[in-house]
Amino acid sequence: MIVADKKPIEEIIDMVKGYRKILILGCNECVTVCEAGGKKEVAVLASALRMYFMNEGTKIEMDEITLERQCDHEYLEEIRNSMDQYDAVVSLACGVGVQFMAEKYFGSPIYPGVNTCFMGVTEERGVWSERCQGCGQCILDRTAGICPISRCAKRLLNGPCGGSTKGKCEISKDLDCAWQIIIDRLKELDRLDDYEEIAPIKDWSTERAGGPRKVVREDVRQ
Amino acid sequence: MSTKTPSRLEKILDSGQLAVTSECGPPRGSDPEAITKKAEIIKDHVDAINITDNQTSVTRLSSLAACIHLKLMGIESTLQMVVRDRNRIALQSDILGAASFDIHNILCLSGDHQMFGDSPQGQNVFDLDSMQLIQTVRLMRDEGKFLGGDDIKRPPKMFVGAAANPFADPFEIRVPRLAKKIAAGVEFIQTQCIYNLDKFELWMKEARDRGLHEKVYILAGVTPFKSAGMAKYMKNRVPGMDVPDEVVKRMAGVPKENQPEEGIDICVETIQRLKECEGVRGFHVMAIEWEEKVPEIVERGGLYPRPEDL
Ligand code: SF4
Ligand code: SF4
Repeated sequence: MIVADKKPIEEIIDMVKGYRKILILGCNECVTVCEAGGKKEVAVLASALRMYFMNEGTKIEMDEITLERQCDHEYLEEIRNSMDQYDAVVSLACGVGVQFMAEKYFGSPIYPGVNTCFMGVTEERGVWSERCQGCGQCILDRTAGICPISRCAKRLLNGPCGGSTKGKCEISKDLDCAWQIIIDRLKELDRLDDYEEIAPIKDWSTERAGGPRKVVREDVRQ
Repeated sequence: MSTKTPSRLEKILDSGQLAVTSECGPPRGSDPEAITKKAEIIKDHVDAINITDNQTSVTRLSSLAACIHLKLMGIESTLQMVVRDRNRIALQSDILGAASFDIHNILCLSGDHQMFGDSPQGQNVFDLDSMQLIQTVRLMRDEGKFLGGDDIKRPPKMFVGAAANPFADPFEIRVPRLAKKIAAGVEFIQTQCIYNLDKFELWMKEARDRGLHEKVYILAGVTPFKSAGMAKYMKNRVPGMDVPDEVVKRMAGVPKENQPEEGIDICVETIQRLKECEGVRGFHVMAIEWEEKVPEIVERGGLYPRPEDL
């Protein structure tokens, strides 16, 4: 899933002060799972803002809606008829949802309510970590299913570096060395000999380096 | 083996004599004397001087510029190049730049992560890794080609080196990793600073068992401790460094004013013992900001005088 983290409330107050009627818009997908932008977080943010502006003596109205997704036309259309009444929207979806809202409701101010962080997993409740950077040319078949692009601090395709210590990465004792895990997996799979194959220089044009990306699938296009 | 480049370091190694290299870190400013003075102190005691490339990710005068200063003094240098800060365009471009000044040695490194230095908020590049940089230099030199496939006019003539850390984890792939670098085309290796001699000798033995010592020149890395504090720091704080307890104890066991001498003693003893280790073809003496001690270490290690005519 896409993992996001809450933005400090002060930042959000700064964005919305001066507006009269605001929509706090949640998303029922990834940000719900990572507890940053689902129905529950929408309610918590809305009441915190209400409290803040009430104490301040400012009159602000706030509505709460949580859509199934904010990255698909059909769900964003659900609010078309009510959009007119809002002076601004705080979207608690990931950056993708915030932008799709902005593109669709071109005349409305849309603000991000979360910091979108990465694609990752729930290690345990309250702990999420990165697993993929969407490089566009997956090489997990050659790295025993563990991604050195997203999980090695130096993106080494032929790791580990000389800083790998007791299973941890040189940049932090709290971070596993991806290459230690790759090697442990290769051992487990009885494929340690594969380690000596040199990974070729990567074509990064399918990654961020190649500019904004697009997938077009004629087979599913209508 | 026969030599493939005009590198003096390569000639010495090829002749079967033990080679000695050292290194200098460029200054955090633009005064060339900071580098030329250091080089002046050690030049007669070493065969080539590595110039570090923004080591520990602290911004410094460029490695290539410092190598040129040495070249102008008639000193052979080894251009250290990390893949952290440059993409394949910049790497190949700097290799050609170095070659245009007839700098004949290069050391291909990944580089410390930038979070250790003065720009933790900066981007990193890592377009290639160190293994692929080795391949790149060999492609440029041997085939006269750019990575993009085009021909190079006057290809670079560089003797290609890399680092090896016998002490990093996981230990079981440390020799396979060396084999991998050899397959990528590396010709000489400078190792991480050696304090755990038993572990180093075990690594060398495993390398010999695979015949790797005959495919690459291995220079054993040594660094003298200036103080017991430095020994403790290297043990506890520097990733991938293996300083056994007894070495720390030995340093701490002498009065503070004698610790520098003790550090030099340990370094010289390391050289003497490793001279006997089959497969060690020379030494890389890294006296960090203590270059004035390099001549003494080289002399007491029995590595002086350096070969002259080749
Ligand atoms: S190799 Fe690329 S696509 Fe595959 S997990 Fe890693 S970043 Fe994602
Ligand atoms: S310690 Fe491991 S994860 Fe960290 S940079 Fe080195 S190889 Fe990558």
